[in-house]
Amino acid sequence: MLEERIITCINCPMGCRMNVQLEDGAVKSVTGNTCKRGETYAHQECTMPVRMVTAVVAVKDSPMPLSVKTRTPIPKAKIFECMKELSRVTVSRPVHEKDVVLENVCGTGVDVIATRNLL
Amino acid sequence: MMEHLKKDLVIVGGGPAGLAAAIAAWEDGIRNLVVLEREHQAGGILRQCIHNGFGLHRFGEELTGPEYAQRDIDRAKELGIPIQCDTTVLEVTEERQVTCVSEQEGLQIIDAGAVILSMGCRERPRGALGTPGTRCSGVFTAGTAQKFVNLEGYMPGKRVVILGSGDIGLIMARRMTLQGAKVLACVELMPFSSGLNRNIVQCLEDYNIPLYLSHTVTKIEGRDRLTGIEVSEVGPDRRPIPGTQMHFDCDTLLLSVGLLPENELTRGANVTISPVTSGAEVEDTLQTDRPGIFACGNVLHVHDLVDFVSEESFRAGHAAAAFVRGNLPKAETVRVSDGEGVRGVVPQKIRKGISEEVRLMFRPAQVFKKASAVVECNGREIARKRAMIFTPGEMAVVPLKADVVAGLDGDVTVRMEVGS
Repeated sequence: MLEERIITCINCPMGCRMNVQLEDGAVKSVTGNTCKRGETYAHQECTMPVRMVTAVVAVKDSPMPLSVKTRTPIPKAKIFECMKELSRVTVSRPVHEKDVVLENVCGTGVDVIATRNLL
Repeated sequence: MMEHLKKDLVIVGGGPAGLAAAIAAWEDGIRNLVVLEREHQAGGILRQCIHNGFGLHRFGEELTGPEYAQRDIDRAKELGIPIQCDTTVLEVTEERQVTCVSEQEGLQIIDAGAVILSMGCRERPRGALGTPGTRCSGVFTAGTAQKFVNLEGYMPGKRVVILGSGDIGLIMARRMTLQGAKVLACVELMPFSSGLNRNIVQCLEDYNIPLYLSHTVTKIEGRDRLTGIEVSEVGPDRRPIPGTQMHFDCDTLLLSVGLLPENELTRGANVTISPVTSGAEVEDTLQTDRPGIFACGNVLHVHDLVDFVSEESFRAGHAAAAFVRGNLPKAETVRVSDGEGVRGVVPQKIRKGISEEVRLMFRPAQVFKKASAVVECNGREIARKRAMIFTPGEMAVVPLKADVVAGLDGDVTVRMEVGS
């Protein structure tokens, strides 16, 4: 199946609008990019888009939440599922930056870790 | 109860700028110093910027705001730098007398050998826009909403429109969406967004949030709480075009319409303020025109990247340390001015007869493609930086090499040149 996607490159302020031709989910061609980085990004974005997720989780006996992030980017399609899992998490003090708050979020193999100390 | 103290260096503000300045001064041997911070903790605005993307230039990795701040806080702690929190500075005089107040220390007057101003910036509020409509609740600046959601743990609303497409507005569009709100639109007065492409893609396009360029909010509706807004297209004169109104049912309007350096204290110290940057006029040392008073970070000019705030503030810290030691003599300067297509070059003055690298920072007045930033002295070209694109949303930096600076024999102008 042939498919055409138009995406914006995020590597620099040029923001090249790229036209990506896909066949059965595989990238056939990329046009509109100015440099090689655009092509690399187009491949990544059209075959396996990933995003870092940053959020906050509840803290026991406190109205102030704790900021967290996925240790590495996770598949873009899992973002809302990840948020849902995080909404069920409540941590207790003390927590240190880099402590694991939730293991293997949504089966991605990626842990969610604290991004600040909560002492 | 009033305490009268003497310090070699007082740093006003414990965000990334103040922390970097304090670390640099300490490393140069200044021990009798204090950082005065208004909030309960140091870290400044980074504490509420829980998204990542900070620190790529300085640390070679992408950190979240709290992580970036913590690195400087840890370093300051390790060195033993005193950070006095919950303390509001009321006045800085041109003789460098700092008046501050806090619950734990009461009123304090500090005679300072040098002062570094690092108070950051604040958001333009609704009142600065003159948007017609009722004075209902539900209208927030994006940064206030960010504080509510990320630090205080509550959501300001459920159906949201964002006015302004600066990075904070874009970041909040995603944040509110992830937290369960429906973000209906992002509305931008200009025909282009001042936000990073990355944020337009990852904060709006990822969540199918429409971006209306050349549009603005023309009415705010609601008695107690916001119930809706009217959005109109604007013409090239940025005035609403009659008949183009669209209506959005929403309970929240977030404003992301620009940042202004917070210079009340600076004005009180009789420091000359640039009408272009809204920050102090400084020499290459970051010293203002009041001897011994320095400025760095967003209080000097609004930056896009905290990495550049830190870099600038380290330089301010070193220079302030030199001043305290008597190693920063008053020098003649040459003037640095904005030429065609350039807005707000910092520093505005360069000392004559020095041979150190000087970084000129400014914003292009519009988008320039395949262009150069050209630096001239007495009409002679002394530096040039070429790029595929210059945009107002990204601060441009042109370094002047030490030997070029040593040879300055007159006023300097920076201008944009298209082509070549």
